[in-house]
Amino acid sequence: MSEVDVRNFTINFGPVHPSAHGVLRMILELDGELVERVDPHVGLLHRGTEKLIEYKTYLQALPYFDRLDYVAPMNQEHAFALAVERMLDVEVPRRGQLIRVLYAEIGRLLAHLMNVTTQAMDIGALTPPLWGFEQREKLMVFYERASGARMHAAYFRPGGVHQDLPQALVDDIGVFCDEFPKALDDIDTLLTENRIFKQRNVDIGVVPLEEAWGRGFSGVMVRGSGAAWDLRKSQPYDAYAEMDFDIPTGSNGDCYDRYLVRMEEMRQANRIMKQCVEKLNAPDGKGPVSSVDGKVVPPKRGEMKQSMEALIHHFKLYTEGYKVPAGEIYAAVEAPKGEFGVYLVSDGTNKPYRCHIRAPGFAHLSAMDWLCRGHMLADVTAILGSIDIVFGEVDR
Amino acid sequence: MTDTVETVEPVVPVHPLVALGEHIATSLGDAIEGYENAFGDLTLSVRLQSIVEVVTFLRDDPKCRFIAFLDVCGADYPSREFRFDVVYHFLSPHLNQRIRLKVQTDDSTPVPSITGVFPGADWFERETYDLYGVLFSGHPDLRRILTDYGFDGHPLRKDFPLTGFVEVRYDEERRRVIYEPVSLPQEFRSFDYLSPWEGTDYVLPGDEKAKN
Repeated sequence: MSEVDVRNFTINFGPVHPSAHGVLRMILELDGELVERVDPHVGLLHRGTEKLIEYKTYLQALPYFDRLDYVAPMNQEHAFALAVERMLDVEVPRRGQLIRVLYAEIGRLLAHLMNVTTQAMDIGALTPPLWGFEQREKLMVFYERASGARMHAAYFRPGGVHQDLPQALVDDIGVFCDEFPKALDDIDTLLTENRIFKQRNVDIGVVPLEEAWGRGFSGVMVRGSGAAWDLRKSQPYDAYAEMDFDIPTGSNGDCYDRYLVRMEEMRQANRIMKQCVEKLNAPDGKGPVSSVDGKVVPPKRGEMKQSMEALIHHFKLYTEGYKVPAGEIYAAVEAPKGEFGVYLVSDGTNKPYRCHIRAPGFAHLSAMDWLCRGHMLADVTAILGSIDIVFGEVDR
Repeated sequence: MTDTVETVEPVVPVHPLVALGEHIATSLGDAIEGYENAFGDLTLSVRLQSIVEVVTFLRDDPKCRFIAFLDVCGADYPSREFRFDVVYHFLSPHLNQRIRLKVQTDDSTPVPSITGVFPGADWFERETYDLYGVLFSGHPDLRRILTDYGFDGHPLRKDFPLTGFVEVRYDEERRRVIYEPVSLPQEFRSFDYLSPWEGTDYVLPGDEKAKN
């Protein structure tokens, strides 16, 4: 038999492949159908968010955070708001904290519904995204009713939230919480025991726990590998300390475990939302939703018509903004995708000197080469789906 | 006021973060230039050449166990001799504690790469190189990551303009995307919010003539 010239095959995956979850371009080096090397090219959605923030006041910088992980916008705002509050030493009123927790959990549902169902679509199931998006639609209406926007809410602000929730909205969220587990069970019956879904996910993209820490993984990526690590429990912020919920963990660290963890997290999120609704309806859940001293949060319009001081505060806070004491801080929240951190450096003026955004997806995607080596080409989409990336936050 | 709330001042010997900083500083000697605890975060200033040694110690020392890599990023202070800070964040799930390390460098002194200790640092160091031009020695693949193919300059440096230098558009005649110098119909409006009563150093155009 004559010698055959064997060579590896290099293909270009993306940037507009439907299962590239946005604008990911990956150079895949293949040996037959085995993946030898993956070189993700990111940055196609780079908008220079960190640079722009340096030129905006603290309040003007906030809406940029919606545009990072646009699947769960308010969770990003939360990290920034916490960072600024910790530097200013501002206390958020209890109702404000409860509303934030409620909407952070709505964000978690939004993100996990999106991820679980589109990951299923990437590996061939068409129905789950249709069912999942029906629920997402309802949640986005809740976003809209609270903030006026379905996605880019700019609702969590340093010092609290922008507006109080109308009682009808709180009631409707309560009704949603009762109905949602049924919808989730439906998705569950479609996927969890599905033969094809399991064949495509079990033992694919296994992450040992030690490796997960060293590679900067967080959130579901470490919980799927067995660590019961959740910032909402271990370093609670806002009203999470008083919430009762469990942290689901996986044992194998493969794509299937991560799917199971996400499903269970949705149930827990629903549980937290229910508690929030209850607490918001209780007498001690009433009151202001944001800091009222007028030094950080601008006074309401009605107040402005009556009080000269409120008028001055309103004008000054919307033009000059507030000054944040010099120093630096790292504040993190448990975003749906993992630990979303904001490293903020202030020089004592009204604009951030430096604002670094630590996006969980960036660390997860950087391990793509390590995760995919030796897998089949078709597993690349399964792994990509299960590490849950959104390019708004990876590329910033 | 009838009811007075009795508070017993708890005796706080040493803040746990300060104790941790003390432990790290004594164990590593002159690799640590200083530590401070501000806003609830522990920050260590590390000598440039010792960063790998310090990071390895923090990961392996039984009292620290900062096994979780979080973040590497840069910061630019153009007025300093070593203008860049490279900032590292780590997490210890065992202590439930975070730590921040800082090294100082300039645009020609390479920082030893920590990718050997934490493989996750790979892309974060690339990003720091891309956005600030900080060099990392020993990095396996120090390429640009976030900016465009063929991009020139390091956009997060303070002397890089917000608008950049080039803009792209699709040219109908040439039927391809072309790069051309940025042209803005209106300048970026940067307001000066510093109060003139607080001793700012304004240079008003024309003032220099009065001095002559």
